[in-house]
Amino acid sequence: MLKIKVLGSGCANCHKVEALAKQAIAQLGVEAQVELVTDLQTILRYGVMSTPGIVINDQVVSTGRVPAPSQITTMITNAL
Amino acid sequence: MAINKISAPRATPRVYIALALAAIAWWIAYTILQPLAEFVAYNILALERGSHLGEAVAFFLYDVPKILLLLSAMIFFITIIRTFFSPERTRQLLGGRRVGIGNVLAAMLGIVTPFCSCSAVPLFIGFVESGIPLGVTFSFLIAAPVINEVAVVLLFGLFGWRVAALYIASGLTIAIFAGIVIGRLNLERYVEDFVWQLQFTAAPDESGKLTWDERITRAINAVRQIVGKVWLYVVIGIAVGAGIHGYVPTDALAEVMGKSAWWSVPIAVLIGIPLYSNAAGIIPIVSALIEKGASLGTALAFMMAVVGLSLPEMIILRRVLKPQLIAIFIGVVGIAIILTGYLFNLVM
Repeated sequence: MLKIKVLGSGCANCHKVEALAKQAIAQLGVEAQVELVTDLQTILRYGVMSTPGIVINDQVVSTGRVPAPSQITTMITNAL
Repeated sequence: MAINKISAPRATPRVYIALALAAIAWWIAYTILQPLAEFVAYNILALERGSHLGEAVAFFLYDVPKILLLLSAMIFFITIIRTFFSPERTRQLLGGRRVGIGNVLAAMLGIVTPFCSCSAVPLFIGFVESGIPLGVTFSFLIAAPVINEVAVVLLFGLFGWRVAALYIASGLTIAIFAGIVIGRLNLERYVEDFVWQLQFTAAPDESGKLTWDERITRAINAVRQIVGKVWLYVVIGIAVGAGIHGYVPTDALAEVMGKSAWWSVPIAVLIGIPLYSNAAGIIPIVSALIEKGASLGTALAFMMAVVGLSLPEMIILRRVLKPQLIAIFIGVVGIAIILTGYLFNLVM
């Protein structure tokens, strides 16, 4: 199962990314777990300085922006 | 990295043709705006030329699409430039710089590095942890919100390039000056203790490896996102501005916000600090105030205080800075903005 983490301080953009990730999973029909990580220590451990960040299976795949839905879909399929 | 694969299959020529068409459409729209706005106001709506209502409506119909067009173009280009930068890259560029040169570089990178105040905390920690001096970090944190593309476009659209350039120059100066002062004061002890104990290794920087397709796609997305977010503020701001333009007598504000009222600059800054608005909402109103006799320095000082020192950002930064440092930060930047306001009033 995929583990997707959305890193962010809880700002609007972070919630948007979380929603987009959930949407993409539903669309692809893959089994995955989406988690919003607001803990500063964890965010920094991934080396992310600009939120929102996306981590799939412990790999940072995007930072500092809200990717387009199609890009999030690609990120997920690439990790499968 | 997975990111690089995303847009590789897309046909590049199609993207460029679409961009060329968009540029032509943009130019045509921009050229016909003024006659079109006047035609709608005076012919279709049959408002009287020179009347209060007619003036206000024509002003509104011209300015709203003009600002939105300028904003779209500017966001597109600045986003393309910003895809070549990232906080990770900026961190590398600033590492090991001396105070002074470091502050200048940090303030300039503040313009081109993609930054949202909601990631101020991880960015602050990332900078400080990698040995970038506190003052240099602050130069970046001041320049990034003050000199934002929305502010620059609105100033350019409503006041012309001189004021926009002056604004950028003074924003840079304030960021450099305040950063150097904060650095000199040796305030490291006022950074929350946990910051110094964190482990941080920056993620690899991807900004150099993107394809042009990817950069363009990001720029188009940014235009959509930002214009989608600020258009309502622009409309409301210009509507209020248009109302003032049409109805408030010229020079009504000269006495309270004009050059002769020396106290107006600090008061404008004091009012501006707790206010939180984006540049999109505030500048059209500021422009109308100026037209009615407020001086440029006072109005710009007000604007900088609103966008540069915002309460929400202070609350975010409170997680890593002790209250004393927050207070010093607001004090130093506030004083720098007030001085800039006086300088503008003196020279303009």
